Amino acid sequence: MKLSSEKELEDLRNEIISERDPDKPCIAVCGGTGCHASGCSNVAREIQAELDSKNLKDKVDLRITGCHGFCERGPIVIVFPEGIFYQKVIPTDVKEIIASTVENGKIVDKLLYQDPVSGKKKVHVEEITFYHKQNRLLLENNTRVDPAQIKDYLAIKGYSALAKVLGTMTPEAVIDVVKKSGLRGRGGGGFPTGRKWESTRDAQGDIKYVICNADEGDPGAYMDRSILEGNPHSVLEGMIIGAFAIGSNEGYVYVRNEYPLAVSNISVAIKQARELGFLGENILGSGFSFDVKLNRGGGAFVCGESTALMASLEGKPGEPRAKYIHTSEKGLWDKPSNLNNVETWANVPMIINNGYEWYSAIGTESSKGTKVFSLVGKINNTGLVEVPMGMSLREIIFDIGGGIPGGKSFKAVQTGGPSGGCIPESLIDMPVDYERLTEVGSMMGSGGMIVMDEDTCMVDLAKYFTNFLQEESCGKCVPCREGLRRMGEILKDITQGKGSMEDLSLIEDLAGMLKDASLCALGTTAANPVMSTLKYFRDEYIAHISDHKCPAGVCRELITYGIDPDNCTGCGLCKKNCPSGAISGERKHTHVLDTGKCIKCGICYNVCKFEAVRKE
Amino acid sequence: MKIDESKLDSIINEYNGEKGSLISILQDIQAQYQYLPREAMDHVAKRLKIPRVQVFGVATFFKAFSLKPKGKQQIHVCMGTACHVRGSRMVLEELERKLGIKAGDTTADNEYTLETVNCVGACALGPVVVKNEEYRGQMTPIKVESLLGSKKT
Ligand SMILES: Cc1cc2nc3c(=O)[nH]c(=O)nc-3n(C[C@H](O)[C@H](O)[C@H](O)COP(=O)(O)O)c2cc1C
Ligand code: FES
Repeated sequence: MKLSSEKELEDLRNEIISERDPDKPCIAVCGGTGCHASGCSNVAREIQAELDSKNLKDKVDLRITGCHGFCERGPIVIVFPEGIFYQKVIPTDVKEIIASTVENGKIVDKLLYQDPVSGKKKVHVEEITFYHKQNRLLLENNTRVDPAQIKDYLAIKGYSALAKVLGTMTPEAVIDVVKKSGLRGRGGGGFPTGRKWESTRDAQGDIKYVICNADEGDPGAYMDRSILEGNPHSVLEGMIIGAFAIGSNEGYVYVRNEYPLAVSNISVAIKQARELGFLGENILGSGFSFDVKLNRGGGAFVCGESTALMASLEGKPGEPRAKYIHTSEKGLWDKPSNLNNVETWANVPMIINNGYEWYSAIGTESSKGTKVFSLVGKINNTGLVEVPMGMSLREIIFDIGGGIPGGKSFKAVQTGGPSGGCIPESLIDMPVDYERLTEVGSMMGSGGMIVMDEDTCMVDLAKYFTNFLQEESCGKCVPCREGLRRMGEILKDITQGKGSMEDLSLIEDLAGMLKDASLCALGTTAANPVMSTLKYFRDEYIAHISDHKCPAGVCRELITYGIDPDNCTGCGLCKKNCPSGAISGERKHTHVLDTGKCIKCGICYNVCKFEAVRKE
Repeated sequence: MKIDESKLDSIINEYNGEKGSLISILQDIQAQYQYLPREAMDHVAKRLKIPRVQVFGVATFFKAFSLKPKGKQQIHVCMGTACHVRGSRMVLEELERKLGIKAGDTTADNEYTLETVNCVGACALGPVVVKNEEYRGQMTPIKVESLLGSKKT
């Protein structure tokens, strides 16, 4: 059925809502990628089977949703209407959840989240510190919709912003609202979204394109994936509104091929949106037409860059071009094109619905709204967190993230992906927004936050990013292609104890050259990881160079393993797991490690339960 | 290798033979064969009326494409940042030792192909290994043996 007016949409919405009983129990199982990896599909299957066998199918809903964010605790199951939060659920827990909670309103104690600080069990989502300090404007809806059901999205006011735009606003008025909201791009540089739309609108040409950048190449960031998987219609609605404002009738979603679930959920969403007439000819009877195509990326980091992405959409290798001609004038197929990130698009409907005053009241002076970060690495509560711009790193890492596991100390947090930098402990109280991150030598990027503890070597990390970028450099311009290669070689020497102090100034020279002479932002920002670690952790570089020591105990050439006889209980675990036969010893007697045979794989260090394996 | 051209044609026709759909077409072919046979690329070039060098250019530029046949089972080790700081290198090295191959290679019996990938978007559970599309989180070298099952080379 195609909806041909705003009224028909509202009638359908009312019908959907009236059919739904808000008090009807609903079991929401997180079906995000994290929970999939933890086995949520078996849990969901078990719930379905149990509901069938108890004949509860009509009385209880089962909803498979997108990511709830607290991936560390997956599989996550929430029982509505009460909002009872169960974590680490396994299939054998299902019978009890249904018999106790769903049928008798009793809590299953063993599945509750226990606060690591207070030791108290938490029943409801909001009580959990991980969620408590967040402002989940975007992610909250992930728990409320089944991404495969457009009706779920309609039930939570979905496509009402589109109806408002088409029914009551001019394109200029839409652009004005987005400009005043202060929304800035969530994919990289933080360019003001309204201004970008305006320049594409003002560009000459009949055919214009809008594109959604769902390439998400930043390793360690997965918010775009979660939004696209969990609430694909919010992205589509944003794109349709943007297309109307810009004057475009054709759009593309460019999504990473490594994200099969996102690809499948957005395809289903596009199909459903077409069926109801949110995409296609004469949308809601307004005379405006727009449709989108889905393209899968080819697995190249550089294709997240706007001009490379457009080249790839044209079926060419994803090489960026110089941007003296803006893509807003000549982009895809040389037509004016507007590219925005997934999260940017998903912000649009709520800005239209709630007004720019509401939106711009959230955040800091120059950075408005919320931002989703992926809080990963050496942190207790790993997952996706959405916070107002301007929250301090300390609040994000220690209050929401619950600090560092294993009693280790916090060393640094890496933001902005391969274009970003490392922020040291001394800056932990800084507020997180676009400007502050850039000031300290990092950047917002797409929102990865990789937390590192004392066991992370900053020189090794710099080498890691440099190698990553060298591999991903498209090779079109010399500074990036050759500069990164040389940079990688120098860093490799340092991590092997073969570096010299002159190397540090050579790194600085190379960094300046990369910044000034590279063709695209991959190259111009490529030195950030190196320069920020050199700025804040210079001592660590010097320790590698002068003392031939890796203080964090990571760089293999500079460490040796040994067994501490005082701690060794002779359990034999290290010996059993040693791949090179370097460990010998009788059971219950102190073991010894033959450094000549040791390949420094680190397995013994990791398996030992008695801290008897030492790195020096 | 003998290629079923009608199969290729039906893929190409799905995209109306559009030049701009080259990447999508190659992705679908790769999904069929697990790699891009040379003959298939030649056929695509002919049908889309584009130079072969363009097809090869695209096929070698993007990581998603392989010009070499793959093993029956695919193992992808995530080397993304979140997995890196949690020790993905140790997991990769253990897999390399157990399988007797380096990342990027296929075992002699064609059973396993071992590859690295930069983030699969399950960063919270790092280190992540994907075996035949099944995600395994919080991997350690010790868990490698059970990942490979009874099969040991
Ligand atoms: C090397 C490189 C990779 C990038 N990767 C992405 C990406 O994966 N996703 C993304 O949204 N933006 C990425 N960007 C930023 C885009 O070029 C572009 O600025 C952004 O998508 C614009 O959308 P926004 O204004 O909504 O942020 C990348 C930029 C560079 C230089
Ligand atoms: S870094 Fe490994 S899944 Fe993202």
